[in-house]
Amino acid sequence: MSVLIFIDQSEGHIKKASYEVATYGAKLAAQLGTTAEALVLGTVTDNLADLGKYGIKIVHQVANETLNHLDAQLFTNVIAESVKQLGATVVIFSHTQTGKAISANVAARLQAGIVTGASALPDTSNGFVVKKTVFSGKAFANIAIHSAIKVISLNPNSFHTLAGDGLAEVSSLAIAVGNPKVKINSVDKIIGEVPLTEADIVVSGGRGLKGPENWGILLDLAKELHAATACSRPVADANWRPHHEHVGQTGVQIAPNLYIALGISGAIQHLAGVNRSKVIVVINKDPEAPFFKAADYGIVGDLFEVVPKLTEEIKKMRGE
Amino acid sequence: MKILVCISKTPDTTARIAFTDNNTQFDENGVQWIINPYDEWYSLVRAIELKEKDPATVIHLITVGGPDCDPVIRKALALGGDEAIRVNAPAKDSYYVAAQIAEIARQEKYDIIFTGKEAIDFNGSAIGGMVAELTDTPYISLATKFELTGNTALISREIEGGEETDEVALPVVVSCQKGMAEQRIPNMRGIMAARTKPLKVVEPAAIDALTSILSFELPPAKAGVKLVSPDNVAELVRLLHEEAKAI
Ligand SMILES: Cc1cc2nc3c(=O)[nH]c(=O)nc-3n(C[C@H](O)[C@H](O)[C@H](O)COP(=O)(O)OP(=O)(O)OC[C@H]3O[C@@H](n4cnc5c(N)ncnc54)[C@H](O)[C@@H]3O)c2cc1C
Repeated sequence: MSVLIFIDQSEGHIKKASYEVATYGAKLAAQLGTTAEALVLGTVTDNLADLGKYGIKIVHQVANETLNHLDAQLFTNVIAESVKQLGATVVIFSHTQTGKAISANVAARLQAGIVTGASALPDTSNGFVVKKTVFSGKAFANIAIHSAIKVISLNPNSFHTLAGDGLAEVSSLAIAVGNPKVKINSVDKIIGEVPLTEADIVVSGGRGLKGPENWGILLDLAKELHAATACSRPVADANWRPHHEHVGQTGVQIAPNLYIALGISGAIQHLAGVNRSKVIVVINKDPEAPFFKAADYGIVGDLFEVVPKLTEEIKKMRGE
Repeated sequence: MKILVCISKTPDTTARIAFTDNNTQFDENGVQWIINPYDEWYSLVRAIELKEKDPATVIHLITVGGPDCDPVIRKALALGGDEAIRVNAPAKDSYYVAAQIAEIARQEKYDIIFTGKEAIDFNGSAIGGMVAELTDTPYISLATKFELTGNTALISREIEGGEETDEVALPVVVSCQKGMAEQRIPNMRGIMAARTKPLKVVEPAAIDALTSILSFELPPAKAGVKLVSPDNVAELVRLLHEEAKAI
């Protein structure tokens, strides 16, 4: 009986969301009176023993280079085998692109009930009940898992990482990996930009920017804040910005610490993708824009005047 | 080529979200039902495009649900697709639904199974991966592009911090999102044709759900917006720094 936490890595480095699940899994293990163990696939350069800082006791590594790249079938095999070998009863993933590729598959293989998009620690006082976001963040559901093995995938940015002291024991796990059926032809990582789903701060633009040629002021603000950039659906549909920046019910769902919306009206479908942001700032010239109802801070004004001032004031505050 | 498109019935994107029976049931009062947008705009339309290129392609639609799903599945048939299968059972949980779909898929032997990247009601993102696993088929999640050359699929997909292009021999299970295709509006001919397309109702296989919903909650209301004058942008920066501690 243990809690097994899947730690995602990319190019040898542990992903930010993995520290969140490590913290979450360790808290859950303490709650259940058991140990938190981690599973790492592939070879890594980061020091795995450091996962001890987040409460992990043992890190199991299947150090096979084939696993440096995500392959849903191979990962499912290896993770499900690890769960069986280690006798884990709870398996935790992050609900990221990687988690979405494998967590449900692992659950199906293990005949385990799964809650994806979990937003809090399970209530284990009477059974095993996990809270998750539903209706694209417009509500929560409390879901009971009845199977012996339980799988949870945690919404990124919904649980604070807590780093303390401690070193985890690192142990290697021998599991046959097999050959991938999927061939990866090319990988195109967006270099130098903050990935939208991982960003602490997101600056987003809507039709109020009038055209792609006006994005400079938004990009300047984003650069000053080390923020990722996003946009509303019509902006992506008109090809003013790339599709992967489209946030909302039918685009990417995000939950940054700070979401700054420029010239976005705040349609219900847009809000559904951003309403889990901790702090929302809206700049819109229309005082009746529905976004103000969902905002924490706002300026009713012309974004073409306000945004450059905002960038300047942030520079000033930082003494630049 | 034989394609299965998984269809889920969801509340319209503007539906009021409320609950009844002591917060244990979704309040369906006044709710308009639609085809889950990811299933409609991306999976179904991409399947239709593939059939337009290769008319020998057969498209099946599948949904797990009661007779209340029929209008939505007919609407999907009006967009395209040759026949629909409805597994006549409530969608108890993702495992239950996926296992029912896998049951049919094992009999019908599809070359491609398309699902949406998630349903906009329960946001599970689980059916595709489960169906892939239960039918022992490769799974490509979050696909933004899908091309076929003979029996090989070239698929672009979102990964963390970017995109990759994969090559896989069929069969394959693919979860679809923006980029795959453009939204289409059903035309009169499609709507008429859909009336006579077969909608097969089959009884569910004996499968146990592994989870159950106990209750729902609405998020706490926002405290209300603090408005700052456009002539005092410095004040917004101060608030974000000192009060919200967000910058
Ligand atoms: C099924 C469905 C799914 C959808 N999914 C999504 C989704 O996932 N994401 C999404 O974003 N949308 C989605 N939409 C579309 C959504 O309903 C809205 O149409 C869209 O979000 C509006 O985008 P916008 O706010 O950029 O544009 P608009 O609604 O046109 O708003 C522009 C705003 O800019 C303001 N403005 C203009 N000029 C200035 C200025 N100089 N200074 C300051 N403010 C200014 C205006 O006051 C206005 O509020 C969906 C719609 C449907 C039907």
